[in-house]
Amino acid sequence: MEYIDNICFALVFITGITFFTKSIRKIIRNIRLGQSIERSDNQNIRLKNMLRIAFGQSKMVKKPIAGFLHLIVYIGFIVINIELLEIIIDGLFGTHRVFAFIGTPYNYLIGAFEVLAFLVLVAVVVFWVRRNVIKIKRFLSPEMKGWPKSDGNLILYFEIVLMLLFLTMNASDYLLQALGAPHYAKSEGIIGAFPISKTFIVPLLSSFDISSLIVVERLSWWLHIVGILVFLNYLYFSKHLHILLAFPNTYYGNIAPKGKFRNLESVTNEVKLMMDPDADPFATPDPAETTSDNVPDKFGASDVIDLNWVQLLNAYTCTECGRCTSECPANQTGKKLSPRKIMMDTRDRLEEVGKNIDKNGSFVPDGKQLLNDYISKEELWACTTCNACVEACPVSIDPLSIINEMRTYLVMEESAAPTDLNNMMSNIENNGAPWPFNQMDRLNWSNEK
Amino acid sequence: MSDNILQVQTLAQYVAANNKLPEVLFWVGCAGSFDDRAKKITKAFVRILNHSKVDFAVLGTEESCTGDPAKRSGNEFLFQMQAMTNIDVLNSYGVKKIVTACPHCFNTLKNEYPELGGNYDVVHHTTFLKSLLDDGRLKVEGGSFKGKKITFHDPCYLGRANDVYEAPRELLRKLEVELLEMKKCRQNGLCCGAGGAQMFKEPEKGNKDVNIERTEQALELQPEVIAAGCPFCNTMMTDGVKNKEKEADVSVMDIAEIIANAKDL
Ligand code: SF4
Ligand code: SF4
Repeated sequence: MEYIDNICFALVFITGITFFTKSIRKIIRNIRLGQSIERSDNQNIRLKNMLRIAFGQSKMVKKPIAGFLHLIVYIGFIVINIELLEIIIDGLFGTHRVFAFIGTPYNYLIGAFEVLAFLVLVAVVVFWVRRNVIKIKRFLSPEMKGWPKSDGNLILYFEIVLMLLFLTMNASDYLLQALGAPHYAKSEGIIGAFPISKTFIVPLLSSFDISSLIVVERLSWWLHIVGILVFLNYLYFSKHLHILLAFPNTYYGNIAPKGKFRNLESVTNEVKLMMDPDADPFATPDPAETTSDNVPDKFGASDVIDLNWVQLLNAYTCTECGRCTSECPANQTGKKLSPRKIMMDTRDRLEEVGKNIDKNGSFVPDGKQLLNDYISKEELWACTTCNACVEACPVSIDPLSIINEMRTYLVMEESAAPTDLNNMMSNIENNGAPWPFNQMDRLNWSNEK
Repeated sequence: MSDNILQVQTLAQYVAANNKLPEVLFWVGCAGSFDDRAKKITKAFVRILNHSKVDFAVLGTEESCTGDPAKRSGNEFLFQMQAMTNIDVLNSYGVKKIVTACPHCFNTLKNEYPELGGNYDVVHHTTFLKSLLDDGRLKVEGGSFKGKKITFHDPCYLGRANDVYEAPRELLRKLEVELLEMKKCRQNGLCCGAGGAQMFKEPEKGNKDVNIERTEQALELQPEVIAAGCPFCNTMMTDGVKNKEKEADVSVMDIAEIIANAKDL
């Protein structure tokens, strides 16, 4: 029975990782449901963007308070994960603080983890206050009711509990070392530095004897690592997925000027054919231009599978921070459009499609789609294509591209543009201008006073 | 403003007379050609071009909508029809350089035409004016606008869409105006409400119009002039100022108009 702990740990760990891998595979499969789009160019620029925006958090600090707090939690998350490595090794091999052989630097490291854990706690509490007490406007939009709201808070509770467990584990460990408990105490004296847990938690445990301390230490150790595994598996259901996906998302983000919208190739071919008087409509198409899989069966997007994979990756990456929505001119002036909701709807619908595939093996039409069932025309037509949402997003998400592709569907497949726009378009068609003026009068201004 | 006759040639006339291309093609755009307010911008810009002896021509009746409002409305087919028609015309002359006073035309010509076969060096008129300044072909100094409080409204399709923020501001600085920045400017500028073909339709239900919101932000600074770089922004902001009954104190002017005005052209 000597190895029961290690075996238990290995089982828990493997289970946690297995489930997590399953989620990741599901996410990848769902993202692959999207249409293709070329994003393997300019690798240097992309890499730089990823380092700057995701790793360097360059866009987060545009809102200084939130940016700074987030930076703490983010650094805490990354750095404390180094400690996780030790925890996992200790768990698997029954060692105690296996990295202690590094010596003095180890003490600094543990001390730094403690300070970070403390800062994370403070930041998370401020985050909670911002969400629940100060009630910052962008956290109160209609799309933030229900699960998204609970999700936002749950993560904060998670972080609080994890940090407290980490500190409690350290506190009890310190006391056990100090009391000379076997397995814990080392001949070199006390290993690790515990500035925070010594100050705040050790006093609470000082009356405990060795056996109770071992219970506390083991309990917090176990809860901490299990908590982290649970957290890992929680990501898939949460906006917190961005801690992983922000990296690929910023890498694959658009690097062309923001004003450049995609030209649909399928339309180009048709237009060329129409405009070329010598074109033979029955000629065999040039295989380089038309491969069977890039001729879409419809123009624009009415459902998630019409979007491209980067847009779907965007949807999974969205942090629901609402920076886009709070910069959106339509939203600011009370229109229904919220670019954050566009992203959340896309993810929700993609999840629904994914579940449908899980259940049926392949997608069985469910009478629903992204358009109307999730995103209304009213939202789509309110967009001024101003790119404020794209600019504001801290993780390079492009809600505008989804909006415009859905408009394309509405216009080209359903002829469902607002009347005014239909008039504008027929003017362009007939007179070459969005107003009913004669093209022959185009130069009249030069003779007018 | 003087009554100088504008010297404008079409590209066809120019090429027939000179047997070469002019330095630059001025893409006037639909608003610049037909909208009464925007025509004034067109004329002001032409006056500066004439004054600086810039060798230019326009397409005149050969010009047609770039297709921007169609594309932003989702009508990709109409957009590409327009684009290909225009590209045919431009390429038949071998046009290389284009200047336009409309950020929407600028964006579309610069970014969306190349894939369809139209490769040109496209600049916004503020960038072009700035280059005239740098080359010493245009002299701008504090004239009637010296010391005036002016704020510049960034057009979305010039700023965020194409990262042009400084050219219009440098021109204003040259005029020695008191340049004020709205709380939302440059990358964070608020849209005037016209983009994405909103210009041509009624807004969706809300509690305010976008142009009013933006005008309020501008009026907070109590400027004498709201400077614009886009005919559509110009219309939106002018309407906003009227709505606030401030038209007696605050005028909305294009950068080209401000320069032409300062130089008494
Ligand atoms: S591009 Fe559209 S959705 Fe995005 S901020 Fe502008 S109006 Fe809102
Ligand atoms: S799209 Fe970007 S800015 Fe908008 S809520 Fe999601 S992460 Fe935040």
